[in-house]
This record gives sequence, C-alpha cells and structure tokens, in this order.
Amino acid sequence: MAAYAETAAKTVLATAGRDRDRSVKSLVFLGLLWFSLFFGVLVLVALIVSTALEGAPRFDSDLITRYSSTLSPERTGFRAGILGSLMVILATAAMAVPIGIAAALHLEEFANKERWYNKFIEVNLQNLAAVPSVVYGLLAVAFVTLMGIHQRGLVISGAVALSLLILPVIIITTREAVRAVPREIRDGSMALGATRWQTTWKQTLPSAVPGIATGTILGLSRAIGEAAPLLIIGTATAIRFDPNGLMSQFTALPLEIYSTTSQSREDFRVAAAAAIIVLLVMILALNGLAIFIRNKFQRSW
Amino acid sequence: MSIRFRRAILPGIAVLGLALTACGGQDDSASASGGEGASGSVAVDGSSTVYPLSNAAAELLSEENPDIQVTVGEAGTGGGFEVFCAGQTDISNASRPIEDDEAAACSDGGVEYTELQVATDALTVVVNPDLDIDCLTTEQLKMIWEPGAEGKVTNWNQVDPSFPDEAISLFGPGTDSGTFDYFTDAINGEEGASRTDYEASEDDNVIVQGVSGTPGAMGYFGYTYFEENSDSLKAVAVDSGSGCVAPSPETAQDGSYVPLSRPLFIYVSNASYSDKPQVAEFVDFYVDNLPDITEAAQFIPLNDEQTAETQSALDGLKG
Repeated sequence: MAAYAETAAKTVLATAGRDRDRSVKSLVFLGLLWFSLFFGVLVLVALIVSTALEGAPRFDSDLITRYSSTLSPERTGFRAGILGSLMVILATAAMAVPIGIAAALHLEEFANKERWYNKFIEVNLQNLAAVPSVVYGLLAVAFVTLMGIHQRGLVISGAVALSLLILPVIIITTREAVRAVPREIRDGSMALGATRWQTTWKQTLPSAVPGIATGTILGLSRAIGEAAPLLIIGTATAIRFDPNGLMSQFTALPLEIYSTTSQSREDFRVAAAAAIIVLLVMILALNGLAIFIRNKFQRSW
Repeated sequence: MSIRFRRAILPGIAVLGLALTACGGQDDSASASGGEGASGSVAVDGSSTVYPLSNAAAELLSEENPDIQVTVGEAGTGGGFEVFCAGQTDISNASRPIEDDEAAACSDGGVEYTELQVATDALTVVVNPDLDIDCLTTEQLKMIWEPGAEGKVTNWNQVDPSFPDEAISLFGPGTDSGTFDYFTDAINGEEGASRTDYEASEDDNVIVQGVSGTPGAMGYFGYTYFEENSDSLKAVAVDSGSGCVAPSPETAQDGSYVPLSRPLFIYVSNASYSDKPQVAEFVDFYVDNLPDITEAAQFIPLNDEQTAETQSALDGLKG
C-alpha cells in the first residue's frame, strides 16, 4: 500500500511538477485520495462489467423489439419498457422544463428577494430536492385524482410524479446558470432601452442556455432511472402494447427490470442483466447530450 | 444567439406538445360486440406469485387477439385487493383466499366478485443441501417459525436432539406477501404470526441464494423457485400426521401434500365481466386454456375436480 502510494504520488508529482512536498503525511494523504478514487470507480466498473457479462448472451434485437414473454423466456424483450420510459420522459420534459425555467427566471430576475414569502420558497426549494422520490409518487396520485383521472398507471401520472421529482433540480440549476450571466449584459441591455422582460428573454436566458440544458438533462437522466414513484402510481409491469399518448397505460424500463429479475427462470435474469445495460446506455446518452450542448453553446465573457 | 435559440427551442416545444396531445388516449370503451374479437383494456394486479400465470395468459391471448390490451401488475395479494375493491382493476391475482376485511372493503366499494382457482402451488420448505434433514413435522416447523421462537430456537438440535448441532439461519418472504400469509396461517395457526428474526425478501431469488449459500439455512417459497434451483437446494418433506410427503406436482394435485399445498386464484369483478367484453373474453380464454397456461408458466395444473369447480364458477359468472 505504502509503496503503491509512493509510486502514485511520484507519478502525480512528475506530471503536475509543482508541489515539492514529500513529507510522509502528504504522501499518505495522497495515497488515501487515490484509494478513494479507485474504490468508487472500481466498484462501478466491476458492477457494470459483471452485469454486461451476465447479459452478454442476450444482446440481440429481440431484447428491444419484443415484448416481455413468459412463453419463450429466451426471447423475452423490453420493448414496452423502453418505449414507455421514453414516452414518460418526453412528457416529463414537456411539463417540467417550461415550468422549471419560468419559476427560476421569476425567482432570479423578477422576485423581490427581501420579501418573506420569496425567502420561504427559496428555503423550501432546497428541501424539496431532498425529499424521497416515493413521496412524489403519492403527490402525483393525489394530483391526477383531483384532476378526475381514476385509471391507474397512466403516462400522465408518471410524468407528473417525475416532473415534481425533478422540478427542484431544474429550478436550482437554472437559477445558478442565470446568476452566472454577468451583470454587465443586463445593464448594457437596459441602457439601450430594453425593458426588463426583453432583457431577460433576449439576453439573459439565451446566455444561460448551456447551463440550463445541462441541469435539465441531468435531472431527466435521474428521472429515467426511477422506479419507486412509478410503482406508487400503479404502473403495471407486464404490458404488451406501445404507449400512444398521455392517457395511455405504460410500463417503465426500471420496473420491467425489477420484475424480470425476480422471476424464477435463469433466462429472465440474463435478459434483465442485458436490459440494465440498455438502461445505462440510455442514461449515458442523455448525459452525453448534456455535455455536447454545454460544449457547443458555452460562452465566456 | 437569441434567434437561433428561438428557432431551435420553440418549435421543439410545439412539436413535443403536439406529439403528446395529438396522439391522444386510447379508446377505453370497447366495442359492444361482445365475445370474440373484443378490444379495449383489461387491468390485472395483485399477487406476484400468480403474476407469471396471468402474464402468460395475457401473452397467449395477445397472439390471438392483439386488440385486447391486458396490463398485469404485481402489487402483492393484499395491495391488489385494495385497488380491486376500489374498482380500479378488473381482475385481482391472489395467492390466498380473500380475507374478511378485504371482502368487507369490496362490498363497501360496491365491487362484487367471483373467485376462480387457476393453479395449485406447493409451498416448498427448503434447506441447505448439506444439512442432514429430510423431513420435518408441522409441529417442528411451527417450533422454528412461531413468534415465541424468536431468539430462542437457534440451533437445529433444539428442534430434535437427533438433528445436527448447527445454527439455524432463516430466510423467508416479507410480510406483504401472500406466501407469508399462507405459510404463517398453515403452520403457526394464525395469519401473520411469525418470528421476525429472519432474512426477509420480496424477491424469492434472494431466498434461493441465501439458503443455498448458508450452512444450516432454511427458507420457504413457491414450488417453481425450487424446481428451477433443485440442484442447489433440498426440499424438505412435510409430515402433518400421516407420514412424510415431499412437495411435487403430484402430491400437490392429489391433496396429499398438506397443509402447504395452496390454491392460486384470480378474482374477477362481476361488473367488469358483464360490462366489458374484453374482460369476459380474457377470463374465458384464461379458463379454457388453463392447461397450456400453467404449463407455459411452469405452475402445477388443477386436477379434474378443481377444473370442474373453476368451470362451474365461470358458468355462474356468465349467468
């Protein structure tokens, strides 16, 4: 361990080439840092690799084009879950993004921060971000029931639950992004005679797009992996049709994976492992999109 | 930037909105033609034990009539009855008969129902294959699992001096499960009464792994999970007074595996059956094709007497 830490430390020092502190204490500390880093990454890599190996026999087109099948477990698929997850995430984005951005803009650009109710909202936003996701499922059930929808497990219920879940995240990241736009941009716009609304809509908001997009997409990629709130709204796990709108029943990929792993036959567990990799790819694709948008639209002042 | 932003984002939002609203909801009111060729949705929820069976029924039906959209959930037997009695589902899967308070909830909710037995299960008591125990009496099982055993009965030789001197590790389903309800009722004499110092899991595969990997371990679950893992587990025969009987499709069917062979049910809402032709078609199909369905899902089929009973219950439903 010590020898390892030392070589690791030397490598770092050689590449960084700035710090000459080689006391035992600092080397041990550096070693611990490296250990922590490797521990986290190693566990993750081991998990992904073992899952991928287990699911390897099932990386075929059946996995994404067929519905779940009890009759032929070796050809069972996750079509309903994949399409359902995409559908509900699309609906979630359509609901949460405009509301979230509008709320953040209001709080950051228009609201009077001295007022007690704005402070109250601000504190509670932070609290909401820490609420367990199951609670949002219950909230969503109450909400859609009030709207007069009594059918269980609909796309709209799922979208409401996931929207509530990621709204705090979207609002908080949007506020950060808007706050990062320099004061001078606003002052310049106002000085040229633009109204506050024009300044916000044409200057502040577009400049903040990279930050907003990143935060939003990271929020959505969290939502796509959620199972608990969807269970609460009564989402079924076995479905043999594609979701076709907000009022359609659906199932989500995490739910289907959960249900498939607890089946008795080995074929199902292999298929579930393969589906976990599919879910990971979907999440990584979303995160990749976030990074792409940030790099493409990033501005520096 | 601002123009580019608007060009990109606004139509995007518009298209999203359109896509989501325009394709609209599915038509829930089925064609009133009835019988064959119905369409619409059938909501099934309840026991996760019966789930593969109803799922197989839905799959077989979808091959014949893809217009009927059957959704199957697995909220557990109790959770299933909760929504069933509120009129939110058409069919409830159950791994035990409906309880009095659940029946009361159904009558409060105005839901009349018909019970149909669809398969049999042999609740299987398994031990680690290295453990030298092949048969247990129901008294011994009770001794191990009753609430009073908590913290006290911890070694196999406490159960019977001839048993090996080995610590007992217990694995079993969680308290939401119908399997738990049935086992505690049959063995401990009171539903829900069980010692609590055991590893509980809703996922039977976890119990399989626990029992096969822990010396001196014991657990219980539905027969299919034993059948799939018979090389890494040992099923214990159960003696309820007339000799040791090992769990098997035969002993479960002929009724000699007592008290742990149990019926598996679907509860059909009478109103759904008469008002929704798609529900009627699904239930008829389910009952008519039970042999194929139980085989596909690897369940123990009904014997002739039970089949006749289910058929006559269905005839009563048809009215």
